[in-house]
Amino acid sequence: MKRIFLSLIFIALAATACQPTTNISAITPPYIDTGVDPEAWVTVPAGDFPYGQESHLTSLDYDYQIMVTDVTVSQYAEYLNSALASGDIYSGDFTVEAGEQVWTEKGVGGYYPGDPFQGGRHEEKIKAGDHLFLPFVEGVRLNHSGDVFTPVPEYANHPMTMVTWFGANAYCQYYGGRLPLAAEWEKAARGIKISNDDGLPFPWGEEIHRNNANYYSSFDLFEKMYGKLGNTTPVGFYNGRTYTVDGLTYQTLDSASPYGLYDMAGNVWQWLGDDLPYQHYRYMRGGSFYSYEVDLRVWKENSAGPQFYSPQVGFRCVRYEVK
Amino acid sequence: MQALKKRLAYLFTSTRGLTLVAISAVSLVTAIWGTLSGPMVEWGIRDITVKVLGMDLTQAAREGRIIMLYHTIAMAILAIEVYFITESVPMKRNQQVMINGIISVGYLTAMIFGLLFGYFGHNYAFHGLFLVGQSLVFFSGILLAAALWPWNKEYYLPQDSPYAKTKKGFDWERAAFFTMAVATLLSATWGAVTGSFWSNGHETFLAEDLIRHPDHTALQKAIIGHLHIMLSLTAVAITLIVGRWLDFKGKLHQWAMPLMNLGIIVLTAGALSVVWLEWAHTIIYGGAVLVMIPALFYVIYSWDKLIKDGTADIEKPTFFQKLAALLRDPLKFGSGWQMVFMNFTVSGVGIFMAVKLDEIFRVWPAREERITLTGHWHILAALIATIILFYYADLSGLKGKVRKWFGWTVIIMSDLAFASATVFSMKRLFVDEFSQQPLVNTTMLAIDFGLGAILVALAIFLVWRLYDLFLKNGEWKKEFMNEKRSNAEAELEEQKRKMEELKATLEEISQ
Repeated sequence: MKRIFLSLIFIALAATACQPTTNISAITPPYIDTGVDPEAWVTVPAGDFPYGQESHLTSLDYDYQIMVTDVTVSQYAEYLNSALASGDIYSGDFTVEAGEQVWTEKGVGGYYPGDPFQGGRHEEKIKAGDHLFLPFVEGVRLNHSGDVFTPVPEYANHPMTMVTWFGANAYCQYYGGRLPLAAEWEKAARGIKISNDDGLPFPWGEEIHRNNANYYSSFDLFEKMYGKLGNTTPVGFYNGRTYTVDGLTYQTLDSASPYGLYDMAGNVWQWLGDDLPYQHYRYMRGGSFYSYEVDLRVWKENSAGPQFYSPQVGFRCVRYEVK
Repeated sequence: MQALKKRLAYLFTSTRGLTLVAISAVSLVTAIWGTLSGPMVEWGIRDITVKVLGMDLTQAAREGRIIMLYHTIAMAILAIEVYFITESVPMKRNQQVMINGIISVGYLTAMIFGLLFGYFGHNYAFHGLFLVGQSLVFFSGILLAAALWPWNKEYYLPQDSPYAKTKKGFDWERAAFFTMAVATLLSATWGAVTGSFWSNGHETFLAEDLIRHPDHTALQKAIIGHLHIMLSLTAVAITLIVGRWLDFKGKLHQWAMPLMNLGIIVLTAGALSVVWLEWAHTIIYGGAVLVMIPALFYVIYSWDKLIKDGTADIEKPTFFQKLAALLRDPLKFGSGWQMVFMNFTVSGVGIFMAVKLDEIFRVWPAREERITLTGHWHILAALIATIILFYYADLSGLKGKVRKWFGWTVIIMSDLAFASATVFSMKRLFVDEFSQQPLVNTTMLAIDFGLGAILVALAIFLVWRLYDLFLKNGEWKKEFMNEKRSNAEAELEEQKRKMEELKATLEEISQ
């Protein structure tokens, strides 16, 4: 009995020791063309839609456009090069504040006018001044030489991650847009259909299958290639195509939202534009490749301070003007 | 037929039988519903469970389903604690029978129909029956509080009693059981009243999902207070129960029990006042300290007792002999050890988080904060469950090597799982997202392995108990006979006392 018990412990420890110890930045997947255009926008017309878990009928009385995919690494590189050239942003050392924590990071940043301060309990001031947009740290999928940025080729059409809320906000504003508000994001993600008193829980429908989206243990192509660790997938990956890479074949389901948006569930969390009073946390929606499927439901949220960046957080933009 | 009748009588009229039924029910629910989340989803087991059982898992109703599941399990745990209390705290036999009977019907009704409503289509008749079940559990709680009434002179302690008491003999420990029961009833009412506003200003939510919302409604705060205090009171109850088990008495008992009474009142008042008081947490901290001090005294007393009892035949025991004596009985040692361990995985983490509030939560994303929140209370609930198992294993007469194997498996494996869960939940302090996967893999494996081992130990134990029920003269029969004997003896004493009372009344009339 004692031997069996000790053997079990040994096997468990040995199995643990055999786990791959790579990290995300160590993975370089092959470039995969999904056929989805990251430059595309769609119009979401004014009208009612089911909002939140309880599907409260909510109205947005204006049309707006939203990007079909998350902002890609390639698009963000273009922005950096353009904004650096025009002097809107600069690279250097930035003081980062989060609660009582203050530190300095190298990266690219620029001006943000600050959040209105209400003097609430535990409220943190988000001051006007220069803030970090993108740190120069491991995991940023850009190469840079001086102030010229180029995407790591294999990741060019993956969602841009490691961007702070300030950096995401600045990108959208630079191109005449802004980050979507929670209501705008959710409407674009789930549409207006209501059945049995509920709106859609996922952009594509009622149920989630493993080849609908990139989430934790969804056994997507990269999980098959690199283990449970997972990684981002190229934007628009889950569009019904079958991909064959390194001898592995992977069939996706077309998981576009009712308005034709991709990656509104899974892959990366997406920054929202709302600034909630008294706290100034910034909210995110959509879930990521690190999330369990329950967090991919359209009403589930995540939040962090605007200085936060992560390999599982990206963004997309909206604009009022219908072009 | 007669054999079946006897076994049903054992299962539904004796403390051990009732506890066995409740533990089996919780185990069955855990075994089935445990396949709906975690690694079972990854392995595809959930889909099989859903298909085979015909579950209806609407995405929007997930949080509601989880709340139903928590409640059904909580009702069974409350029932188990009530069985232990009605057996170990002096009360009339008819009170014990009535309380146990009502709570058994209550939790089983709540469990069966709660799960049917939550997971098999929303038939509102089932929801009604779920509420009926909970109402019965509540009613049995009222009966329990009445039976525990500490000002009943009959239960006053003699002057030379080593247990905590006033000069007049008022029993502080009985009072603590009573206060705990009343506080639980009040807190349950708090939750029930708030729940009645459902879809009328109140919506289903999991507390950990709205921790960062800038504003909480009074109803949300009431629910948050309710769930925290109910778990705390469940912990208080098991602390008091194991105190009876290890015969907690003497100086430490005399200090502990008045503090426990005060602590229960302060803690409950603090938890419920979150609805309107901004500084309710200060009250909660005060109450928590008052409740944890008696628990600490229990640990000191019980370990000292184990050492003294275990070295009684040694004139001058060495340190190692004392240590061996302390660890000889994992069930009794474990009841205190798990309380100590709780400080590392629950209280310590909570205090650390509170102190570092601005430093941690301003830097971490909400999902990380949520993991620590759900982690700490799952661990507390599971620690309570292990202590219940220790006590029940002792009641079941586990002896010798089996007792040691069962006890140490539960202690070591649960602590491995809970320590790993704590490391997992606090990982952002020492590892970034890029480098976390080896740590995540290791801690997840340790959690699964630890919990899996406990469940296997529990399953073996329950299979043995099931097998035993088929034996003509199994353990069940001995337990049943012993309980019957002690109940009969107690009843006889009660009848004698009643006879004396009646004789005295008649004499008084005839004078």
